[in-house]
This record gives sequence, structure tokens and C-alpha cells, in this order.
Amino acid sequence: MLTFTIRRLVLAVPTLLFISLVIFGLLMLAPGDPMANVPLTVPPEVKQKMREALGLGDAWHVQYWKWLRQFFWVEPRVLFDAIFGTSLAEGELRALSWQTRSPIMDIVVQRLPQTLWVVGTAYVVAVLIALPIGIYSAYRQYSVFDNVGTFVSMIGFSVPPFFSGVLVIVIFSVNLGWFPSIYDTTHKVVDWDTFVVQLRQMILPVMVLALQITAQIARFMRASMLDNLNQDYVRTARAKGLGEKVVVLSHVLRNSMIPVVTVIALGIPQIFGGAIITEQVFKVNGIGQLLITAIQANDLPMVQTLTFIFAVLIVLFNLIADVLYGILDPRIRYD
Amino acid sequence: MTDDKTPQSQTGPDHMPGPMPGPGEAGAADILAAPLPSAPPRSQWAEVWSQFRHHKGAMAGGFVFLLILALVFLAPLAWSIDATFIDIRARNQGPSLAHPFGTDQLGRDMLARLMAGGQVSLSVGITAMLLALFLGSLVGVLAGYFKAFDNLLMRSTDLFLALPLLPLLLVMVLLFREPLNAAFGPETGIFILIVVAIGVTSWMPTARIVRGDVLALKEREFVLAARSIGTTNAKMITRHILPNVISPIVVSATLGIANAIITESALSFLGLGFPPDFPTWGRLLFDGVDYMQQNPERVVLPGLAISLTVLSVNYLGDGLRDALDPRLRGR
Repeated sequence: MLTFTIRRLVLAVPTLLFISLVIFGLLMLAPGDPMANVPLTVPPEVKQKMREALGLGDAWHVQYWKWLRQFFWVEPRVLFDAIFGTSLAEGELRALSWQTRSPIMDIVVQRLPQTLWVVGTAYVVAVLIALPIGIYSAYRQYSVFDNVGTFVSMIGFSVPPFFSGVLVIVIFSVNLGWFPSIYDTTHKVVDWDTFVVQLRQMILPVMVLALQITAQIARFMRASMLDNLNQDYVRTARAKGLGEKVVVLSHVLRNSMIPVVTVIALGIPQIFGGAIITEQVFKVNGIGQLLITAIQANDLPMVQTLTFIFAVLIVLFNLIADVLYGILDPRIRYD
Repeated sequence: MTDDKTPQSQTGPDHMPGPMPGPGEAGAADILAAPLPSAPPRSQWAEVWSQFRHHKGAMAGGFVFLLILALVFLAPLAWSIDATFIDIRARNQGPSLAHPFGTDQLGRDMLARLMAGGQVSLSVGITAMLLALFLGSLVGVLAGYFKAFDNLLMRSTDLFLALPLLPLLLVMVLLFREPLNAAFGPETGIFILIVVAIGVTSWMPTARIVRGDVLALKEREFVLAARSIGTTNAKMITRHILPNVISPIVVSATLGIANAIITESALSFLGLGFPPDFPTWGRLLFDGVDYMQQNPERVVLPGLAISLTVLSVNYLGDGLRDALDPRLRGR
């Protein structure tokens, strides 16, 4: 198991390097210029000096190396400093945003909790709903419940979040007035009443995100259960007189969960990507919204770092999914 | 996308989950119920069609999709109002005889705009799907057929799967919009950009599925037979391999259209798609959001159009998958 994990870890390194190179290369081609909003009275020679001070005069591989170093060496040490009060990163240059002139990672750290709260809650809710639906619709294949479940998950697949989000706003905040349409991130939970307010403003975005995730996971769970329900070991379990509950919930379910667990892990980074739209609809100022505003403002270092963070999440969760699969299903390890 | 990993529900006719009937009953009933071979064997496509016809969802999906195509591409011939015609005195109107879906804030007819938007959205969806299919099949066939390419191509497929697609798409639009607009004009430029961007970021599932099928096909006797009479590699691929992997390609075509339409609308919705005066469904939805309190139908109609198209295409794909997979036939 350890060699399996190590092999996967080693494979992740070239993947990450390749992705960082793609992102870096794409942005090298970008027409944006950080000096664009410097006053026109500043002479061109001074602008050239300023560009060089930002490190834009170097050859591309030098810039690439500096960026990687900032991402993987300087920023972790800054984080370490912030947690333990040490001063490892003293005097190191950090990647700055062109919009705010403050370190990018500081802004990301400010924005991350909002995204994690909304997306995380949605994911947990969705998984909790999806699993029972998938199990029951496989157990009663082609029953009314199964057909309705299939239809609902088809809708969940097909209705894009920018429509379902707007639709729930029209229904629940404009017409019924039950929930606020905008997520207020400055809201602090101190007592029961503020907690209720927080809950109310989270319901709509969580609902929209959860609909999509539920659809995917429920369908996957159903397919996986169906595969296992016809196996010989199920017949054996029934033949030796085990109750239906034990057969389905302990024998079949445990085996069906193997692929589902990995799908759940694989889905997490995609949710961050998908949350870009949901955050935009509900005006949650998380990292997705940060990316959009950075793109609109042509803030290339920010775009670069955020895209790479998304990529790191994907690679990380792919790794977790692989290792989980290996742990859960010993047959996989010896491939 | 995880579709390529989805285990297909392979439920034999004699294995219904749930409380089992008494021992032996099911088997005996099956043997008695099995029809005697009376009709001559039918061709593969007749078989597929008869299976497809019995899939209610797929038939409905196919019908709705054709209807949407007809409405979007043929109906403008009968509806003469131009989608960009501004009649400022008739702005923000509700549904009426002259404007069945009302008008927008500049007095443009919503029905005409929906149809024009549909033309763009569907063309983007279909063209991007074709590009993704072409790339995916090419990579899949090359990787499956030529062992030398396999490792390299599949590694790069994995790499592409690890890219954060939506952020990258946004970045690509940000970077290449200006030069392409300058070269081809604002509409053609962004069309090319979006089609290419969606195409090069969505071929991976197709490539994986096709490669798997080609690998299995390569070991079959008819390929050996063809090789032993001296068929060249090119002929082998076009005559023997491609016709046999057409079914996974068709299924991923439907999924590809759905994916491309949603992606294009998402880009337009984030303000990084087509230019503002150029209607697409995503753009109409985006424009409608500002007016959603007064005129909710301006948000709901384009949203419904997108969702209905994607839903119908998804059902179509579901039915096709069942119909084209011989293991699932005869349920």
C-alpha cells in the first residue's frame, strides 16, 4: 500500500509541473500590462524601470522559477510564520496582486472561508441526500420511486446553476420573500438570532449547489448498487438466510461504496470550479468571485495563482481518490 | 466528467433485485417465455432502432430536441421581426399578440431574440461537440491502435483531465478575445474562440472510452483476419475499427452537445462570452437578471430553453446508450 501511495505521489509532481507550465505559458501571452493605469505623464523610461522592478524584464524561465518558488517555498513559510509566530519568511518577496498591491495569498485566505462554508455545506447535504436515494432506487429498480428519482436527477444534471440559482431567487426571494437573495459575508454569528439569519442566507446557494451534486452522486450510487445486486455473493447471502436489511445494507452497500467514495472525492475540486457561477449569482465573495473580478480587472498574478490553486485541488483530490480506492479495494493495488 | 467510469446498469432479465420468487420459478418461466426464432435475423441498426423506440424518455428527448432545432432554425422564416430591431417606445412590454414573449428594455422582440440566441447557442454546441469528438476519437484510436503512442497520449489525457477547466476557459477568453476579434470581426472571432476553447477542453472522456473499445477490438478475430489478407493500417482503422466504435462516439456526441451548450451559456453568463448586443441564451439570461423583479419571464424563458435542450439531449444520450449496448438489449 505504501509503494502504491508513493508511486501516485511521484506521478502527481510532473502533473502539477505541467499544469503550472500551461497556466504560466497562457498568461505569458496575455496582452495585459500592469503599467496601464500609471499616469501618462510618467515617462516611458521610468515605466520600463518599474516593469523591471516587478520582475517582468527577466527571461520567461526565470519568471517561471520565481513564481514556483513563491508558491511552493515562500508562501508555506509565510503560513507557518502566521501560525507559530516565527519569522522564517522575513524579507522574502511575495506575489502581489496588481489590483490591491497586497500579497495574493492574504486575499485568498480572506476569501476562502466563505467558499468553504457554502460549498462544504452544500456538498455534505448533497451526499447525505444522494446516498439513500441511490440505494433505494437501485433496490427497487423501475419502481415509481426509481423513475421519479431518475427524472429528478436528469433535471439536476440539465439545469445549469446560473439558471437554477436565478430561478430560486425569483421564487423564494422576489415572490415569496422567504430568504435573502444576496449572501452577506460580513454577517457574524454571535447568538441564536444571528445564527438563524446565517442559516437563512445559506439555504438558497446550498440548495442550488446541492441539487447538482445530488443528481450526480445519486445516479452513480444507483448504478454501482445495481452492478453489485446481481453478483453471486448476494445470492449466496440470501440463500444462507440473511435478512434483506443485512444483505443490502451491509453486503451490497459496502461493496458499492468503493467507486462511490472515490467519485465523492473526485467531485470536491470540481465543486470549487462550479461554485464560481453560484458565487456570482448569490454575490458570495469567495475565491470564485475573486477569480472573476481578477479576470475582469486583468490582474494576471491573481488569475495565475487562483487557477493554479484550482489545479492543485484537482490533483490533490485525484490523489486522495486513488489512494482511497487502493485502500478500499485491494485488487487495485497490484495493477 | 466521470461518465466514462459510470458502471452501466447491467441487469439481466432474470435478476430482478428485491424479494426473490420461489426457487426455480424464474428460470422456468424464462425458458417458457423465450420466443422461438421465427423471423430472420435483423440488421444491427434495425435492432438498435427497435430498442431505441421502446425507450420512452429517449423518444421524448429526441422529439423535443428536433422540435427545438426546428423552432430555432426554421421558425425565423415565418417570424419576420429582427432580433436586433430596437423599438424604444415598445420597451419592457408583457406578452401580447405582437410580441408573444414581450419585449426587453430596448423594445427588442423577445421571441426573435430567443430564436436568434438559440441559433448561436446550438451552433456553438454542435460545432464544439464535433471538434471535441474529432479530437477525442483521433486520440482514442491512435492510442488504442498504435501501442507506441498509447502511453504518451493517455498520460496527456490524464493531464488534461487534471486542468481546472472553467477557470482556464475564462482565462483563454480573456487572452485571445482581442486578437481574434481584430482578425475575424467580433462575432466570428468570439465564435471561433469559444468553439475551439470548449473543443480542446472536452475531448478527454471520448478519448478514454474510444481507446478502451479499440483495445478490445484489436484482439478480435476479424481484425486478425483482415490483417492476414494484408490490410494496411489506414484501411484497417477506417473500415474495421471506426465503424465498430461508432456507438460510444455517438453517445458521447449527445453528452458533448449538452456540455458545450452549458459551458457556452456559463461563459456568456459570466460576461465573458459573446458581445452584449449579440443574443445567445446565456447572454439573454444574464441580461434578464437585472430585470428579474419586474419581468421574471425574461430570465425564465432563456433558462428554460437551455435546460430543456440539455435535458432532451441527455435523455437522447441515455436511450442511445441503452440501444447501442448489446448487453442491455432485450430488457
